[in-house]
Amino acid sequence: MHWGLDVIELEDVGYNYGGGALFSNLSVQLAPGSFYFLTGPSGAGKTTLLKLCYGALTPTTGRVRAFNMDVRGLDRDQMAYLRRRIGVVHQDCRFLDHLPVVENIALPLTVSGRGLQNEQGNLQELMTWVGLSERRDALPPELSGGERQRAALARAVILSPDVIIADEPTGNVDWEMSQRLLRLLVELNHMGKTILVATHDMSLIRAAKNQVQARVLRISNRQLQLAGADL
Amino acid sequence: MSAFRKLIVGDAQADRVVPPSGFTAQLTLFAAGAMAFLCVFALALSLASGRVAHRWSEELARAATLRINAPAEQRAAQTEAALEILRQTPGVASARALSSDEQAALLAPWFGADVPLDTLPVPQLIEVTEADIGYDATGLRLRLQAEVPGAVLDDHTRWRRPLVDAAIALRRLGVVSIVLIGGAMAAMITLAANAALAANAQVIEVLRLVGAQDSYIAQAFVRRFTLRALSGAAVGMVLGMIGVWLMPEASQEGGFLTGLGFQGWGWLLPLVIPLVSALVAFVATTRAARKRLGDLA
Ligand SMILES: Nc1ncnc2c1ncn2[C@@H]1O[C@H](COP(=O)(O)OP(=O)(O)OP(=O)(O)O)[C@@H](O)[C@H]1O
Ligand SMILES: [Mg+2]
Repeated sequence: MHWGLDVIELEDVGYNYGGGALFSNLSVQLAPGSFYFLTGPSGAGKTTLLKLCYGALTPTTGRVRAFNMDVRGLDRDQMAYLRRRIGVVHQDCRFLDHLPVVENIALPLTVSGRGLQNEQGNLQELMTWVGLSERRDALPPELSGGERQRAALARAVILSPDVIIADEPTGNVDWEMSQRLLRLLVELNHMGKTILVATHDMSLIRAAKNQVQARVLRISNRQLQLAGADL
Repeated sequence: MSAFRKLIVGDAQADRVVPPSGFTAQLTLFAAGAMAFLCVFALALSLASGRVAHRWSEELARAATLRINAPAEQRAAQTEAALEILRQTPGVASARALSSDEQAALLAPWFGADVPLDTLPVPQLIEVTEADIGYDATGLRLRLQAEVPGAVLDDHTRWRRPLVDAAIALRRLGVVSIVLIGGAMAAMITLAANAALAANAQVIEVLRLVGAQDSYIAQAFVRRFTLRALSGAAVGMVLGMIGVWLMPEASQEGGFLTGLGFQGWGWLLPLVIPLVSALVAFVATTRAARKRLGDLA
């Protein structure tokens, strides 16, 4: 047990959207630098659990701590700062459709008041890293599914957050592309980032096992289990 | 102060995060322009009526006339008595009996140049000049009634007061109009800002997801609406001032109506309108954004 050192801790967390409990008494700690997969059937509550982790939802019962702060007690400014420390790739990406890709990727920089002038180099490097340097001036609706996922990943990491949470980052891309995205995530993990990826793509998890020491959490029947090594 | 400078100078990148929204922008521009235009007239009206009220009360309050209607043999004595009373009355700066030449001059337009004043029962006139503190007209009348039976004090108030009151009321209406115009503009800009905030709920959500603080999001809207109100009001003000400027010159015959303009430094006063409009927009949008962002939490 390394209580207090983990970047994200869930303690006896339960959540319901008003109806019955989606899950109850979940506890998990994400240690710094670890790589986690979160899996489970559709509708089990993977997205919900991720939202609890980055403070978009507050638990009905129990407690969520991020960087040793109780998420429930954060005011809105503190919540904004928390969002800058946790990079999120949303299941539906969420871009500003009126801004070109490059500005969407730079959005976390813009809203945190850091001018883009000093960051042009980094931005270009990041665009190249996710393979979007050719598409920098395209508008988000013009992107393919895989390009959107990569743009979302680039936006999630631009502030160099300690934690990266990705919800189905390979949801609508082919095998080739999903391998590419996985390699990007593994690279980030090697840089010391804590990674939490929700997916129901078992082959992705198997592919990852060869590259990184990943643990697999599984939600089913309202419970969270550490899945066996047999996956 | 630095927040205000940031608001004016702005951050080109920050401006782009909220999409330019069509109809709320036009609504704000138009409302600010129309209101500034009306405001120029309300301002001209209240300044002019203030001027008129001041001038009329000044001119008319200064001089009153005392008429002595008395048989010829008592006239001199009563005049003397009246002058004595006036001298003792606090608030009367001076009192002077008109000479027969002056009286003849006053009557000349009606009776010709050589009126035999001595043979006509013309009352003796005394010109009374009021001091700044003013005298108690009722008290003076009572005293004159008792001691100088033939004296009639004509202090012009009977017909002066309603005119001055009307001018003062007109000025008050002008001021009330300006306040109402400001209120209506605040209401319209609040509506427009709320519409813009509602239309951009998705954008706001994305901005929050990437770690934008409420103050940053609010600023993007506040800046826009403030600048729009400023420019709309500037155009409205210029048009309003041209309208006022095109009014005929102030003239004696035109009386009040032609005096309905700005004078001297007064021409600079409407320049305040765009600034006040910007301030109104700033406050209205800040409040709308704070409320809306609170509700969206
Ligand atoms: N805002 C909401 N209001 C009410 N119910 C919701 C809401 N969001 C999700 N749910 C319900 O909660 C359950 C879990 O949803 P969630 O999105 O967490 O599932 P998931 O595991 O991510 O599924 P998927 O694999 O399809 O993305 C679902 O039954 C869903 O219908
Ligand atoms: Mg999901």
